Amino acid sequence: MSNSDPVYLDHAATTPVLPEVLAAMTEQLGRVGNASSLHASGRAARRVAEQSRERLAEALGARPSEVLFTGGGTESDNLAVKGLFWARRDADSRRRRIVVSPAEHHAVLDSVEWLAKHDGADLTWLPVESSGRVLPEAFADALGDGQDVAVASVMWANNEIGTVSDIAALAELAHAVGVPLHTDAVQAVGQVPVDFAASGADALTMTGHKLGGPMGAGALLLRRDAECTPLLHGGGQERDVRSGTLDVTAIVGLAVATVTAVASREERAARLADLRGRLVAGIVDQVPGVQLNGATLDDRIGQGPGRLPGNAHLSFSGAEGDALLMLLDARGIECSTGSACSAGVARPSHVLLAVGADTDRARSSLRFTLGHTSTDADVDALLEVIAPVVERARRAGSGHR
Amino acid sequence: MRLLAAMSGGVDSAVAAALAVDAGHDVTGVHLALSPDRQTLRSGARGCCSVEDAHDARRVADELGIPFYVWDLAERFADDVVDDFVAEYAAGRTPNPCLRCNERIKFSAVLDRAVALGFDAVVTGHHARLADGELRRSVDAAKDQSYVLAVLTAGQLAAAMFPLGSMTKERVRAIAAERGFAVAAKPDSHDICFIPDGDTRGFLARRLGSMPGPVVDATTGATVGEHDGTYGFTVGQRRGLGVAVGDQRPRYVLGIEPVSRTVTIGTADLAGVAEVRTRAATWTGSAPELPFVAEVQLRAHSAPVACEVSAAADGGLCIVLAEEQRGVAPGQSAVLYLPDAERGDRVLGQGTVVPLG
Repeated sequence: MSNSDPVYLDHAATTPVLPEVLAAMTEQLGRVGNASSLHASGRAARRVAEQSRERLAEALGARPSEVLFTGGGTESDNLAVKGLFWARRDADSRRRRIVVSPAEHHAVLDSVEWLAKHDGADLTWLPVESSGRVLPEAFADALGDGQDVAVASVMWANNEIGTVSDIAALAELAHAVGVPLHTDAVQAVGQVPVDFAASGADALTMTGHKLGGPMGAGALLLRRDAECTPLLHGGGQERDVRSGTLDVTAIVGLAVATVTAVASREERAARLADLRGRLVAGIVDQVPGVQLNGATLDDRIGQGPGRLPGNAHLSFSGAEGDALLMLLDARGIECSTGSACSAGVARPSHVLLAVGADTDRARSSLRFTLGHTSTDADVDALLEVIAPVVERARRAGSGHR
Repeated sequence: MRLLAAMSGGVDSAVAAALAVDAGHDVTGVHLALSPDRQTLRSGARGCCSVEDAHDARRVADELGIPFYVWDLAERFADDVVDDFVAEYAAGRTPNPCLRCNERIKFSAVLDRAVALGFDAVVTGHHARLADGELRRSVDAAKDQSYVLAVLTAGQLAAAMFPLGSMTKERVRAIAAERGFAVAAKPDSHDICFIPDGDTRGFLARRLGSMPGPVVDATTGATVGEHDGTYGFTVGQRRGLGVAVGDQRPRYVLGIEPVSRTVTIGTADLAGVAEVRTRAATWTGSAPELPFVAEVQLRAHSAPVACEVSAAADGGLCIVLAEEQRGVAPGQSAVLYLPDAERGDRVLGQGTVVPLG
């Protein structure tokens, strides 16, 4: 085991809190006040929460009234998918179809599958191309005339392989047939340009801890004209769509993180893309049988990158992702195999299977993700050990017959 | 040494891992996921790999400050242990799945992978002593698990470590409590982990379906009843035969013939055997010179009996018992011990029991 600090290459799982976030939250945490109270302390808390809402809205091209604070990405996804489905179906009982990509995060996949199982939803799975991208033509085909569609959901950027879809193009197609589009932008915000109004999306999920903010704080950006049935009932604090006392400290942290990450995005993205390029090239140079999953490193979509700048997702044929992760962990290098279920049993990534990878390739993959604290030294440390680690994992075999 | 601790989520493997850490080894914890559709919560005292058990194991590993992973061996376990269990019953034999799991999963699939990944040995919470390559009974006779480890070869034992063999279960629980492990008072697991409701006959019936056949009395040759499948029976069984014979004397299962699906029963005087035959034996060390005198244990929880072991013509063993034994079931292991009151009876090896002639 390594005695020094671990080399952290798992920023897509979560990224270190920014110093300015820590300072702002520490300051707020010591103050009393429920933002719903009418007295001075309440007014002070509300002022901080609403300033945060305005700053976050501005950073993401939304109006303040379009920002609903939630408990994070999973809640925002659940609220958007279920809330839009219920509201649209209740307005017109023919609308039972949900058009969705099979490469979505489980917060979306499990929500739509729950609706199919318990609430009569019909699911239309979108084809994805080999990079994981949803193409506009396929999306238009799946929507049809839109009469029977309640909601469509396509993620802005994939959490595993980092592929960016052209949300503006998809939103335009959805609106042409009167269907609202939700997009999970948890991985996109702060990594690629995200402008809610310009995208045309009706609902957008984002969360704090992927940007240097706190865990347990996120937002759903919801257009003013979007009807959304609440999941959480109570005080109706957030536009009557989401209830619960506002966590002002977390909201401050979320807003500071978002503003900071968006303001520094261009410089950081360029730096991370360079580091990532060195990481991938260094591995491919040293290790035979490596395959890059997702879009090419220089891929472009719309006005921005077609792949998240800090994402490297690689398959090492003949080695098992689990074994690679364990061997790297023992050498102080932290990364991910992609998706893990709650029990910690590794299953082949549904994203890789959705893009047409076979089970062996899906099982043999690792995700390295860079973030605001990543350095050349981190990449050097990985490149120093990767070749012997892969060799050993390959000798250990796949473990599956 | 670099050690891989197999952690079931129970108290034994937790303490075994802790003792390995205390001894200064570089330990990594692994929980084996053996069931394809894992229950979220444990049910009763059975089963060993629910999500809750994995959580319990992870909690201990986190307290010990060691890395922890879950290895998915459900497919291997289904093929090598569960399917084998069903096939053995279908063939009229009585398998021991724990022994099979040690032979093919814990000290084969897991050990091989561990060694390939750079580990020196696998640590488990089995109650058995292992020193200088010699496998012996646990100090705690009631918890002794040497029977289900007897199938391991010298090579497998050389890469195994059983830190609990020289302590009682009571002591294991006390150590767990001293260290504040949440699993200190967790109930022992019993029976077969992949049959959580404990209904082996029901499990086999679901897997094998109804396979009716006659129940025949050995003395008269008369058919005295019908059964739904020979898998519901094991040699030596007395209860649940589902037949009534006129004389009211207890009957025992004497034999199971899978082709004609005949279960033969008889009175106590017919149920004992004085000689046991096995397939080719496996040895925990170098093969001993035959013949020799030893003790043999014929079931997981039966008392050992003195015996003389010699070579059978077919390459197996011929074991002559000092006193007749009932319930010697084909498929079970005949485990051979050299008695040693001081250091613990030493396991020489084992052979799978086959029907006599």
